[in-house]
Amino acid sequence: MAIRQGLLALLSRGPRYGYQLRAEFEASTGATWPLNIGQVYTTLSRLERDGLVAPGEQDDQGRVVYTITEAGRAEMARWFGTPVAQADRPRDELVIKLAMAVTAGADVRPIIQAQRTATMGTLQRLTRARRANAEDPAQRLVLDSMIFQAEAEQRWLDHCEAVLAASPQTQERQA
Amino acid sequence: MSFDPVVRLADVGRVHGDGPGAVTALSEVNLAVGAGELVAVMGPSGSGKSTLLNVAGGLDRPTSGDVVVEDVSLTRLPAGELAALRRRHVGYVFQDLNLIPSLTALENVTLPRELDGIRFRDARRQALEVLAEVGLAEVADRFPDEISGGQRQRVAIARALAGERRLILADEPTGALDTPTGDEILQLLRARCDAGAAVLLVTHEPRYAAWADRVVFLRDGRVADTAAAPMESAR
Ligand SMILES: Nc1ncnc2c1ncn2[C@@H]1O[C@H](COP(=O)(O)OP(=O)(O)OP(=O)(O)O)[C@@H](O)[C@H]1O
Ligand SMILES: [Mg+2]
Repeated sequence: MAIRQGLLALLSRGPRYGYQLRAEFEASTGATWPLNIGQVYTTLSRLERDGLVAPGEQDDQGRVVYTITEAGRAEMARWFGTPVAQADRPRDELVIKLAMAVTAGADVRPIIQAQRTATMGTLQRLTRARRANAEDPAQRLVLDSMIFQAEAEQRWLDHCEAVLAASPQTQERQA
Repeated sequence: MSFDPVVRLADVGRVHGDGPGAVTALSEVNLAVGAGELVAVMGPSGSGKSTLLNVAGGLDRPTSGDVVVEDVSLTRLPAGELAALRRRHVGYVFQDLNLIPSLTALENVTLPRELDGIRFRDARRQALEVLAEVGLAEVADRFPDEISGGQRQRVAIARALAGERRLILADEPTGALDTPTGDEILQLLRARCDAGAAVLLVTHEPRYAAWADRVVFLRDGRVADTAAAPMESAR
């Protein structure tokens, strides 16, 4: 999980309190990855156990400032230097739904159309959010990533429609 | 809110040829685009997107139904008046740009305004303004083959935008541009739209269609479905 390394990256800019880390994490990811404060403190204590961060003294309000260690910087550098594997994503319900619809001999076109309209709605919403957040480069890149993903789904839907329209098997079923 | 369309297609059909060889490019298309509205048209190749744009801008006539631009029905308009209305109100970005290679960027943008009967000095001033708006002030005196593909695309857009036309029709204006450059083109169209123009955009790229207030999907010349931007007031 990248929360660990994300917190290290934020700490590499200077010591931070837990609540600051949470706010900065959300700001950098365009609020697409909300963290609760419990996750932040759990992660910080594991980082401390592994010697990647060091806590300071409690201040008079009981708050603790965390500082990244040399080992922490090395871990962050290792993270930035390692490509992310094409993860075993959770199986995509849409893909399964269309595959099942084809297998069951259902009319797939209305399913594709409804999905395309919904995905376009998502894409429109993301595009508006990106226009509103154009100044912050980190947020912008996160939104861009989601735009590319929605776009890929849309293209795939077009592809499905074209393939099914050309397939004698589905032609027969719909005739 | 009353909806006052800049262009309205009512039950529009377009059939090429007749008899057994007839090709139906559009049928029963109903579509209205209001001032300040950006509508994207998507659909597979051959689904009638360019035909829809041509009919909406009076470059092609429907074989059935009616097209109304700025409250004028184009159906029985004599050719001369149709051409005048088109020049006054419609800016067109063609799928293949249609820039004149022997004219500079500035001259390409100025020429149609001069043809509109505007004095050369005014036409040139307007052209310089709109070239600056699309970020091309520095290359105004270069010829189309002396600028990049993205810059050529922006010249074609500048030409369509010059003269404050109320209806902008753009057929694949992002062509083969990379995504940041394509986004800039959409930014330009969106800005015109927000300034009160009606824009009809043909694109096969979902990312550009997503800039629109509404997305119309064509299939076999018919409107298959429409996606409206979420959070928009109902019309
Ligand atoms: N002048 C013509 N004569 C006969 N058929 C035509 C003519 N112009 C267009 N068509 C046909 O009308 C249909 C719609 O064409 P149109 O150019 O509008 O498609 P399009 O959606 O713009 O396609 P593309 O994405 O490839 O640009 C096609 O089947 C095309 O072959
Ligand atoms: Mg076309």
